[in-house]
Amino acid sequence: MTAITLRNVSKTYPGGVEAIKGVSLDIGDGEFLVLVGPSGCGKSTLLRMIAGLETITAGEISIGERVVNNLEPAERDIAMVFQNYALYPHMSVRQNLEYGLKNRRMARDEIARRVEKAAGILGIAELLARKPRQLSGGQRQRVAMGRAIVREPAAFLFDEPLSNLDAKLRVQMRAEIRHLQRSLGTTSVYVTHDQLEAMTLADRIVVLNGGVVEQVGTPMEVYERPASLFVASFIGSPAMNLVPLQQARERAAIAGLVNGSVPSGLSTDAVLGVRPEDMTVGENGAGADAVRFAFTVTAVEAVGAESYVHGNLQGGAGDIAVRMPGYHRLEPGTVLSAVTAPEKLHFFAGASGQRVDRAGAAQ
Amino acid sequence: MRTKRVVFRSLWLPYLLIAPQIAITAIFFLWPAGQAIYQSFLRQDAFGLRTEFVGLENFARLVNDPLYLKSFTTTLVFSALVAGISMGVALLLAVMADRVLRSALFYRTLLIWPYAVAPAVAGVLWFFLFNPTIGIAAYFLARLGYEWNHYASGTDAMALIVIAAAWRQVSYNFLFFLAGLQAIPGSLTEAAAMDAAGPFKRFWTIQLPLLSPTVFFLLVVNLVYAFFDTFGIVHATTRGGPGNDTAILVFEVWRDAFEGLDLGFSAAQSVVLMAIVIALTAIQFRYIERRVEY
Repeated sequence: MTAITLRNVSKTYPGGVEAIKGVSLDIGDGEFLVLVGPSGCGKSTLLRMIAGLETITAGEISIGERVVNNLEPAERDIAMVFQNYALYPHMSVRQNLEYGLKNRRMARDEIARRVEKAAGILGIAELLARKPRQLSGGQRQRVAMGRAIVREPAAFLFDEPLSNLDAKLRVQMRAEIRHLQRSLGTTSVYVTHDQLEAMTLADRIVVLNGGVVEQVGTPMEVYERPASLFVASFIGSPAMNLVPLQQARERAAIAGLVNGSVPSGLSTDAVLGVRPEDMTVGENGAGADAVRFAFTVTAVEAVGAESYVHGNLQGGAGDIAVRMPGYHRLEPGTVLSAVTAPEKLHFFAGASGQRVDRAGAAQ
Repeated sequence: MRTKRVVFRSLWLPYLLIAPQIAITAIFFLWPAGQAIYQSFLRQDAFGLRTEFVGLENFARLVNDPLYLKSFTTTLVFSALVAGISMGVALLLAVMADRVLRSALFYRTLLIWPYAVAPAVAGVLWFFLFNPTIGIAAYFLARLGYEWNHYASGTDAMALIVIAAAWRQVSYNFLFFLAGLQAIPGSLTEAAAMDAAGPFKRFWTIQLPLLSPTVFFLLVVNLVYAFFDTFGIVHATTRGGPGNDTAILVFEVWRDAFEGLDLGFSAAQSVVLMAIVIALTAIQFRYIERRVEY
């Protein structure tokens, strides 16, 4: 049973820069947790603190039953996959896999057994005699994972392991990592800046921004009920439409915002959010309580199966993007109306950026 | 990396542009080298009045001269010590400087200074430090119970020129080692740390193997330095003595020519040294290009 617990963990660099500001997390046994956020949000720092590669300024990190604050990386029973793989270039693949086990003075037959097993799982058995420079990017990635697997550690840490691969290989490796983690059942913490990777891999996502946790939740929770403006804009592609509510109302860009569909007591600087994929152009399937957005087309992005129509809300109240299935040719300047159901609307307080729910909405 | 090719329209301009370099090479390297080879086949009397062609006789004398053979051994010992000590100390300093990120520039500057000191000056500096009567180093050694005297003891004299020569070269080696260490990605040492390798293990199994091209390059450079560039140190301090205990090959070349006035014999020695430096350079080019480490 290896749970990882973070209690008010902070990191302040000698220059006074606060990289992590009091993060608390409970990572369950066997859970796949993804830390996601823009560059500089502290996600890698947090991972490196769990690994023991960065000191902890305040707070407490425990792995399993042990508080690991003052333990060396090697004593924490964790394995890490680095962004650049960090394979030892002068050693063969087999030596790379063996290195950590030999240093731990493991019996030779046990080392051989584990290496064979890991090589079998990852399909790198025929590469064992090669040097890292003779491997392709995907193969290096596998070896890096192999080096983590042979250790049979209490937890895996991944630091953007797929960012050096091309797009196609990334999708493939993503599925493999997912499958591997499920079958091994090892607690894993995975850092990425790619929200798509976070959504597809994670049991739970932690969205970090400026060293602070913005939201923790399953991918669907984070997608469906973003806790803040930041999460709303970060998760989902294309990004959620965010419109200043007051302005949209004044310029009559949005129709159908009745009392029941808007939370009561919103401040004047509140922001309304709606995802492009939650909107439909035209009146198809519009309910009696539908909310309507009037906008002028500025551009159409066709991506094959669907198109994204970009436009200006009526009266210049803001920009908007709407997803349409199939391919559409729309001239810029065309005036359209898009509808959505009131429960697809998100509201955020302007000043704090925090989510505000409608009364009676499901919590 | 592909170098940019420039095509000159003029036929003579490219030759004009490299002419100064060619001239310097010709006057200071090719001509003296040719002279040495030519002289090595001649014998001249001490007054320079008669010169006769003697074929390979000078070389035959070399091979049979016990003093020359002793000088060869002395040079090998001296070079091995200088290369070993200067590289060892430099590597130690580089490993330590590599860990200090802040004020690294300050350390680096201090450590590079000795390289700017001319060999003869470096020799004199250590000569005074170790002077048996007034030298502070000799004084401390005496306090420790060691009677230092490089005028009388061949070992002390050898130690003196080794220290002076190695001290100067530490700077150069340090620069290359530090650059080599900093070129090793930090994640490699971090990965090794997670693989339960302590600092010493990491050094021996990760950093040093990755530094091996640098080590090899410096080994050749240091040997060339110890063989050829240390004349000033020997000349300014021990002058080959006591006896012939510190008479390294370059010093013998000079002494036989300018004190012994045996030009042909000296030239033959130069030709041997030339062969050695050509061999070392050839090895260097051959192996440096194909990267020794991985």
